[in-house]
This record gives sequence, structure tokens and C-alpha cells, in this order.
Amino acid sequence: MSKLTATERLSLIRLKNRPTVNDYIPLIFNRFMELHGDRHYGDDAAIMGGIATFYSMPVTIIAQVKGRNIEENKHTNFAMPHPEGYRKALRLAKQAEKFKRPVICLVDTPGAFCGIEAEERGQGEAIARNLMEFMTLKVPVVSIILGEGGSGGALALAVCDELAVLENALYSVISPRGFASILWKDPSREKEAAELMKITSEDLLGFGVCERIISEPAGGAQNDSQLMADNISEYLFDALKRLCAVSPEILLENRYKKFRKIGMFTE
Amino acid sequence: MGLEDLLKKVKHRFNDEKAETAPKDELKPADTKGVIIPDDLFFKCPRCRTASYKEDFEKDRKVCAHCHYHARLTWQERLELTADRDTFAEHDAGMESLNPIGYPDYAEKLQKLQEQCTLRDAVVTGECTIRGYKTVIGIMDSNFMMASMGSVVGEKITRAFEYATEEKLPVIMFTASGGARMQEGIISLMQMAKTSGAIARFSDSGGLYITVMTDPTTGGVTASFASLGDIIIAEPKVLIGFAGRRVIQDTIKQKLPDEFQSAEFLLENGFVDMIIERKKMRSCLARLMKLHNYEKIGGR
Repeated sequence: MSKLTATERLSLIRLKNRPTVNDYIPLIFNRFMELHGDRHYGDDAAIMGGIATFYSMPVTIIAQVKGRNIEENKHTNFAMPHPEGYRKALRLAKQAEKFKRPVICLVDTPGAFCGIEAEERGQGEAIARNLMEFMTLKVPVVSIILGEGGSGGALALAVCDELAVLENALYSVISPRGFASILWKDPSREKEAAELMKITSEDLLGFGVCERIISEPAGGAQNDSQLMADNISEYLFDALKRLCAVSPEILLENRYKKFRKIGMFTE
Repeated sequence: MGLEDLLKKVKHRFNDEKAETAPKDELKPADTKGVIIPDDLFFKCPRCRTASYKEDFEKDRKVCAHCHYHARLTWQERLELTADRDTFAEHDAGMESLNPIGYPDYAEKLQKLQEQCTLRDAVVTGECTIRGYKTVIGIMDSNFMMASMGSVVGEKITRAFEYATEEKLPVIMFTASGGARMQEGIISLMQMAKTSGAIARFSDSGGLYITVMTDPTTGGVTASFASLGDIIIAEPKVLIGFAGRRVIQDTIKQKLPDEFQSAEFLLENGFVDMIIERKKMRSCLARLMKLHNYEKIGGR
């Protein structure tokens, strides 16, 4: 396992050629069929959802979409979802529950979008609703952080039975830049913040925030997206086999406990 | 954060306008250069920017006489206005945060605030009666690190819902927060999921959860337990939102209107059930508990 610093990983996951869900989905799943819209307001391209098969088992996929170029990024808003994106995710998760399909969330976002319309349409409420509803969704939910796991915008797709994190991916309460800006009034201290914040996959495993680290090819996922997809696929096969064998009651009890135990305090 | 900006701006204006708005006979001659007004004589409303006598303002439950902005309260003030006298029993009073990411000086900062605010962290939870109706209550206090949510806030709120589930009591949360406690890193983000999970179970058990959004309710608290009430009440003119004002302004490169992210803005957009004045809050909460078939146990 590589021992890159948090700052080095921060640069790595922002590389233009780091694979995105559009690269991974065809390599991991069969015949992905995209489903659009939240049925309330619109269709948010920052979150893509649909059904595919994984080793011939139907699964629901919910994925945050980073673009591979400027045009794609304009379309997907650099993977920063609006409330309708989270509501689409919830709609598809509930649909998966009805038809007893496991849900696989692929997380890769700098954060939920911050703008006037996002506030008007209730960004806070949309995220909160997902946290609550995913906690009691009666089918297995596996989330995988592919690159950036930015704050509540990532967490809204990461209330799950198991969280796996790609070796170089990061997951944090706020971006290192935001952290430096708010706490030190100096966004240029981004690197220092990244090192301090404990946001690497190894840190997350240590905190019990994630259950598994998925190894990346030497030098990072961009060097061999096929191998990266194979590693993700191998993990998913194992995880779904494990989780599908558990009754919904025990699944939900374990999911609750997974989050219930996180916190560091004395009394 | 947007809030800090707002405060700075308001403070700045206050200093500018102080001399103009203060009645002449209250001014004390200081030296030849100007006049000094005692800082604690006036309340300058951060919404309408009108000054009023602090004495009147405090007598009026810290509500601006001009625009009805409901200013921030300490947890003791809130409790006194809300609970029946001597009925409050605090839960988990001794809980204190550790320093999960080893943030420099975090322990010292917590200790200093604990002494200043007579609080161990940003929320006080417990049970009380309100006009005779027994309820679990949580009050966040923005004087403690802008009531940001770290391990202690997350754990206490979660326990409050678990306790209410067992005891079949309603839960009333007075929310106020700048968001997640960044000094606790990813652990603070997880509190959003933890509290929301506890609410899911409480809700499935049939319990009534009332949120009262007070100034300011933002960030990770808006994006978790504050937005999940069966009934969501807001106090007039308070700030409610997900992203900070400055962050939004930086993103869209536009100035935002004053009423953006106000209680009234949320009501208009469908995210708040009602806006209730402080003086009517007790009767509103009691009526809601009655309407949901909770039994009155106290005398009042």
C-alpha cells in the first residue's frame, strides 16, 4: 500500500484523468439502464441513477458524476448536486427497497452545491431526509468513495451497511481549503489543513468510519482503470454476498450501530 | 462563515451609527474628540439595524420592538421561557468532547468556553413539562462555539431520542448552529447520520418530534436533525440555511437579498410549517402535544 501524504492524494484525486463513474460503471456492471428525475422538480445530472446487473443480480446504482472534460463538468455541475439530485437518489433507493435490489452508491463530490436555488429548494432538508431514510432502507446498501467525499453532500449517499474507500480517496467534514479558510482565515494553508484533518482512507478505517480500503494500481487509479474496476468489483462481490445473507432486521440493527458508536467524548 | 461576516458587518454599522441614533441626554462627555456610550445600554437589531433600550429589549424576551427579529438566547433564558418552573431535569450533564483529530488548542478552547458559558458543550438536553405536558427537550446555545455539532452534541441528541422512544415522550428541539464542529473532523460529520438514525427509529415508534428553529440554524444541523421534525416551527426573522452566505456569494458572484435564508423565506419555500412568536411558543407547543394525544400530567 502506498504511503502518499494527504496533500499528495488531494492532487491525485483531482487529476483530470482519474477515472469517474462513467468509466467504472461499464467495467463493473452489465447493461446499466439510467433512470431520470426526482418526480418533484427535475433531473439533476450531478447524480446519475439506474438499474444494472452485477453477476446477473439486479442492483440499483446511484452515482455522483464528475465530468471528464469541461463540457461534461458543465453538464454535471462538477458533481455538486442540487436538492433534486438527492431526491432522485432517495426515489431510486425506495424503488430498490420495493423490488428488493441492493443499492450501490458511488460517491465522488466536492460537496452539495451552494447556491440560491439550492437553498430555495431545500438543500438541507434533502440531505437530512436521505440520512434518515437510508438508515432504515430494508435492502443492503454499499457505498464506495471513489475520489472526493465532500461533507454532507457525500454523506447523503453514504449512510450504508458498509463504506469502502479507494486507497487514495478522501472523506472530510469540509474541504481542506474551507477548513483553512474558516478556522485560520487563510485558504492558502490548504495543505497544512489536509495533513491535520485525518481524511485519508487509513484514518477513516482507524476511526471506524469506513470498513474497507480498496487498493489502487501503482501510482493511482488513473494508471489502470481496468485493474481499479476489477478491485472494486471483487470487493462488491464479497460485500453483497455477505450482506444479502443477513435478514433485514439484523441488517438495520447493524447499520444503526455502525453510526451509533461514532463519537469521542468522556462523561 | 457567512454568519461571522454578518456579525462583523453589523458591529461595524453599529459603531458608525451609534452617535447618530442615541438620544443626546444619554451621551456622556468623554473628551474633546467625541462621546462614549456605554456598550450595554442599547440593543442594535442585526436585521433592521434599529437601536432600542436594552432594558426594554430584555423585558420583551429579547425581541426587536421594530422588526420582531427574535434574538439569540442563552440556554437558561430559553429554558426559563419554555419549561414549567422547576420541572427541568438535565440528562448527560457531564459529557465532554475529546480531541479526535488532535486539533491544536481544542481542549483549551473547550475549557475556556465551559467556564464562560456554564456549559460543557453546545447543547443541553433533558426532560421537563410545558404547561403540564411532559416532554424531552434539547436547547442549543450559540454562545458555545456557535453551537457547532461535534461528538457531544451528536451523542446527547441521539440519547434524547432514544430516551424519548423508550419513555414514549415527545421531543422538542430548539436548534441553533453554525454547522458541524470542524475541529472534530470526520467524527463531527458522522453525527449528522447518527442523530438522523435515532430520529428514524423514534419516528417509526410513533413519537412526535417538534423542531423550533432559532437564530441561526445552518450547515450540518439544518442538513440533519433540525429539518426532520414532524412539525417545524421557526422564530420570526431568524437565519436558517444550509450553506453560509459568503460561500454562496463567492459561488455565484452576486449579492444576496436581505431576506434570503430568513424564517420567512423558508416558510415561503415550503420548509417550515409555521412562524411563531416567542411569547406564544409555550402555548403552541402545549397545544401540539395535546393534539397528538399526549397526556397532561402537571397542574398548570
